[in-house]
Amino acid sequence: MAAVPSPAAGTAPLYGAYGIVKRFGDFKANDGVDLEIRAGEIHALLGENGAGKSTLMKILYGLLEPTEGVVTHKGDIVQLPDPEAARAIGIGMVFQHFSLCENLTVAENIALVMPKTLSGRALAERIAALGAAYGLHLDPARPVWSLSAGERQRIEIVRCLLQDPRLVILDEPTSVLTPGEAEQLFSVLERLRDEGRALLYISHRLDEVRRLCTRATILRHGRVVGACDPQGESARSLAALMVGAQVGAVTGRAGAALGPPRLVLDRLSLPAPGLHGTALADIRLTVRGGEILGVAGVAGNGQAEFFSALSGETAAARAEAVVVDGAAVGRLDINARRRRGAAFVPEERNGHAAAPGMSLSENAVLSRHATAPLARFGLLRRGAARTLAAAVIAAFDVRKAGPDPAAGTLSGGNLQKFVVGREIQAEPGVLVVNQPTWGVDASAAARIRQALIDLAARGAALLVISQDLDELFEIASRIAVLHAGTLSEPVPAGETTREAVGLLMGGSHA
Amino acid sequence: MTLDIVQMVLVTVLTAATPLILAAIGELVAERSGVLNLGTEGMMVLGAAAGFAVATETGSTLAGALGGAGAGLALSGLFAILTVGLAANQVASGLALTILGLGLSGLVGTGYVGMKRDPAPHLHLAGLSDLPLVGDLLFGQDAFVYVAVALVLGVWWFLGRSRAGLVLRAIGDDHTATHALGLPVRKVRVLAVLFGGACAGLAGAYLSLAYTPFWSPGMTAGRGWIALALVVFASWRPLRVAAGALLFGGATVLQLHAQAAGLGLPGQALSALPYVATILALVLLSLGRRQGGSLAPAALGREFTPHR
Repeated sequence: MAAVPSPAAGTAPLYGAYGIVKRFGDFKANDGVDLEIRAGEIHALLGENGAGKSTLMKILYGLLEPTEGVVTHKGDIVQLPDPEAARAIGIGMVFQHFSLCENLTVAENIALVMPKTLSGRALAERIAALGAAYGLHLDPARPVWSLSAGERQRIEIVRCLLQDPRLVILDEPTSVLTPGEAEQLFSVLERLRDEGRALLYISHRLDEVRRLCTRATILRHGRVVGACDPQGESARSLAALMVGAQVGAVTGRAGAALGPPRLVLDRLSLPAPGLHGTALADIRLTVRGGEILGVAGVAGNGQAEFFSALSGETAAARAEAVVVDGAAVGRLDINARRRRGAAFVPEERNGHAAAPGMSLSENAVLSRHATAPLARFGLLRRGAARTLAAAVIAAFDVRKAGPDPAAGTLSGGNLQKFVVGREIQAEPGVLVVNQPTWGVDASAAARIRQALIDLAARGAALLVISQDLDELFEIASRIAVLHAGTLSEPVPAGETTREAVGLLMGGSHA
Repeated sequence: MTLDIVQMVLVTVLTAATPLILAAIGELVAERSGVLNLGTEGMMVLGAAAGFAVATETGSTLAGALGGAGAGLALSGLFAILTVGLAANQVASGLALTILGLGLSGLVGTGYVGMKRDPAPHLHLAGLSDLPLVGDLLFGQDAFVYVAVALVLGVWWFLGRSRAGLVLRAIGDDHTATHALGLPVRKVRVLAVLFGGACAGLAGAYLSLAYTPFWSPGMTAGRGWIALALVVFASWRPLRVAAGALLFGGATVLQLHAQAAGLGLPGQALSALPYVATILALVLLSLGRRQGGSLAPAALGREFTPHR
């Protein structure tokens, strides 16, 4: 399994990882992983959630210590006790959830990892020079909290490049970018490759991988299950390699027979809830029975505020602003809206949709006590709650340990299936879902999307907020874009393109 | 009012503010690194007892001051082990530390109740100290006062100008991000907590060696809590801590003078004045919050456990 590092420096790869095993308790996140990275290539690391990609990356960046196995640099075994050691041998990293301090300025964030002797002025000059060379412009004096996701990523990349790395690790770099911002990123990455640097590119967006990468290593359950040239594969065959089985295509797009309007928003406006919040402005929308309306948009453009206005976590100023099946519910709370046939699945599984420390049956009670007979005279009917949870678990193939485990012990995909299934089981007339498959593996995602389509086919009106354009084009009958708290006019999914939606996501109305 | 009386009032304000400055500047550094240590009162009172005991045994005020700071440092070391090392809840640990400090100080100080010693010597520069209005105020104080001023300026420079200070602020803002960059989150936090402990101990020693040169149980009388409030009041800025401490010291002195002058108000109401000022300051601070970003260190009070 573990290949012996090649002794001849001439043939040795720039960086290698051999026989990497990483245990967390009984769980093996990496199980004998070999990886070789050569100069001048963009190497893709593919795998589902929990396949061990992040663990391997953190080992390469010195954040985790491998239980077994070695990391090599030009054929020599190196020890990486901390990220500073990794940076010293030329490894840089661009984090998925940016490692930036929000209350510090751009320059201060960069100074954190720069040599101690560098003065503030010299640093600002180097930031400006690098920005000019790569088209990565930054204002060093701005505090990070005032910057967009794209700008924040630019800080990460500039910070990484200022150390002149030989290997740049990018973890899901496009997950928060607009298509236009992603294009810019790709040209920077291609330029870095042409300069002879190595790049390790982690993404679940197979189109990007096929476009950028010439070699790919595929991980499944912590093991390497294959290597290929992504440009010789289709997105479908890559997905099959990752999942280990053919991914079932979602069938039966909704929208054939439209029913009456079931969810109507009329001039819904809300002030920004806090320092970092987005105000909602004059949102008008009608969702009819039998259709799925997709709401696209880059994170932070009001998705969370929009969702809580729909669910009733934030009350609207006027009752008529939100109408469910003819009833004005804008001033009602979340349970009153549920009793009128609406259901809601928030974005955060742990802590918002489910209480991680409570069992699945208790979690079933949390959102269903208003719509299912789970209590009598104010006392819980635990048996009924367990039956309800069991029905959801069976219907959605939720994999779990034990009969009624704590929600937090489930994997992301399984918990997501549970929280979506819990709402669908109520057969709601209106279902609002925020990021239905965020961070969920391909097979669970396919199952959730199919369930949403089936629910719409039974006559429900669905509103799906998602950042994943592929997902929206797969399931939605109409697509609208939320940008800076305003919603664009929905257009039929068949009559628009990814490019058109992408432009709207970036705030352009062209 | 003659110049001498004005100067006398100003000197009493300064001496009342000194223990607050010392304790608050230490707590400020700990909080800027992301650790909320509610044990300031306990560390202060232990510093007062240990400082007085050491000074009495050795006959040296300097040794007493070091002893007080050392006692605060030791107690904060325990806090650091609990909250930084074992990721225990900071609020609960801090409250426990206060109770422990009050108890321990009683134990350490048992044999010293009722004893008196000379207050810490004051600076005297011929000519300068005799200047009217400012002579005694600027050139006639004891070493604690000058140390407090130096600490404020030093911490201001450290946090705002030095790289280590930048690292400390970054860790207080986001421990996950800074850990991912390879910065020593726990080491910096331990050092910041220890600094805070030493400062609180020194503040206590000032009380028993200079302000009122004797030991009596519970002599800090809530000054540790005022220091905690001061840090918030100062919105985690060192120079504002000094300004706030002078304001609070002023309120204390005013209250004494008002009582002496025989105002119609009950003494208890006047004694409550500094505390009312704290609450008012907190309210005003919340009302006048700026847009975006956060005033407090974003990671304040949150436990951190790195994976390895």
